[in-house]
Amino acid sequence: MRNLSLTVQPGEIFGLLGPNGAGKSTTINMISGVCRIDSGQVLIFGHDNRSERRLTRRLVGVMHQEIVTDNFFTIDRALRIHSGYYGVPRDADWCELLIERLGLGPHLHKSMNKLSGGLKRRFMVAKAMIHKPRLLILDEPTAGVDVELRRTLWDFVREINAEGVTVLLTTHYLEEAEQMCERIAIMNHGDLIALEKTQQLLARIEGRYLHVTLEQPLHEVPETLADLRPALRDNGSALRLVIDAEQGAGEVLRRLGDLGMTVRDIETSRPGLEEVFLHLTGARPDNGQAGGK
Amino acid sequence: MERFRQPERFVAWLPFATLLQKEVLRFLRVSFQTLLAPIVTASLYLFVFGATLGERISVLEGFSYAQFVIPGLILMGVISNSFANTSSSLFISRYLGNIVDLLVTPISAPQFILAYTLAAMLRGLLVGTAVLIISTFFADLPWQHPAAALAMAALASFLFAQFGLVAAIHANTFDALSMFNNFLILPLIYLGGVFYPVSILPPFWEGLSRFNPLLYLIDGFRQAVLGVGDVPLHMAFLVSFLMAAILFAWAAFLIARGYKLRL
Repeated sequence: MRNLSLTVQPGEIFGLLGPNGAGKSTTINMISGVCRIDSGQVLIFGHDNRSERRLTRRLVGVMHQEIVTDNFFTIDRALRIHSGYYGVPRDADWCELLIERLGLGPHLHKSMNKLSGGLKRRFMVAKAMIHKPRLLILDEPTAGVDVELRRTLWDFVREINAEGVTVLLTTHYLEEAEQMCERIAIMNHGDLIALEKTQQLLARIEGRYLHVTLEQPLHEVPETLADLRPALRDNGSALRLVIDAEQGAGEVLRRLGDLGMTVRDIETSRPGLEEVFLHLTGARPDNGQAGGK
Repeated sequence: MERFRQPERFVAWLPFATLLQKEVLRFLRVSFQTLLAPIVTASLYLFVFGATLGERISVLEGFSYAQFVIPGLILMGVISNSFANTSSSLFISRYLGNIVDLLVTPISAPQFILAYTLAAMLRGLLVGTAVLIISTFFADLPWQHPAAALAMAALASFLFAQFGLVAAIHANTFDALSMFNNFLILPLIYLGGVFYPVSILPPFWEGLSRFNPLLYLIDGFRQAVLGVGDVPLHMAFLVSFLMAAILFAWAAFLIARGYKLRL
């Protein structure tokens, strides 16, 4: 990490994005105390996470990216243990709520080694929240989990955020970050390269995309279309063009017709976080994924 | 979501108590391996040296060989199981990565060490007690200084619990961890007077044996039980206490710094 300085505002959902090896997990490990810090300071709600270790650890709940469980215990026992680690007497109501919302009920008395990967991730979310932290850190919580859990997890995160819990998350799925986060930081090679409100980040790329499906595939794009920053897709049968906000699609379609192209279908879209991310990091598209450690 | 807003109450002793409970549950969950197996091994030693060969061997005047060897076997059980508990538990946590579950919690280094140590001492002393009970079928022991015997057993288990922590932190592979046991602890135990008094060795080897720190634990414990030994009892306690203090300081230094635990 080099000269990293950022503030997560209390009560916000903050996204930390970056390609593989960008330093996201290291940042999270520094905040949660897993990583030693050579220089600098991490303040958690104003408290130094080294000199006020006991207090700050209780304020933070962290779900790490790697699945780590203790195979000696069942979910029920492990949750009791984790609650105790934080010095919090077991709160049956809260525990019950977590179990219910994360769908762990039918599996409570199963050993960890009998659980599927998705269930282990659900347990890890419950484990991170069991002591009611004021800052919840989720390091790619939805990696490898099914769509239903993803939806229920994000609903739950929004719910506890509405109760005042600050959330810091990294995710593989940029559309999730776009939907969930009020502000997003983008890291690359240990540097912070952007930190803005999500809408401001999205506005960094001007214009709209015009996605054109052609009747006849193209082998190469005519040079006369260079001003539209064309990108050939689907073996030449689709073309993505960038048009100005005030430019009409009709004019572009006329230009295509003049070049002898027959258009079968069109669609317009605004650039998303993926495009911003790729633009800032210079990373290559990878199925819409930002990557992760 | 009102349930989230409930005020928190922090119970300062709970993290330590929970870690201790978890460590005890961990070895009880696999009690065949952690308790029964060492008891069976010690019972076999008792059978071989107590009921069979023992009757033909005499190493200490006034005592049968079974009486001589039983204190050593009890302490051997205490030592090896205390070491095994901390070393395997901490090493596996490091190996599987679930050590982060502790690093992110308010558990302090002293709480960490104390919880691991007490669980290991409990396991070591449980095995030692079981060996003691089984040994009553083979010989009666005079128990000259029972309090001193208990203190020496507790000191030995404490000392090897610390050594287990140190080994678990320094070892990077299972192979390296087993080397601590196979190439250091076992030879020191066997050469430390479990099966023979060092006074029967030729002068050179006897002198060399006195550099073996295990001699002071084993001989001290035997002396507390039988009333005779090769090393004065106060010397045995002093050396053992010094070793325990050094290993505790070493373990505490490593854990407080997070050496090989934190990233």
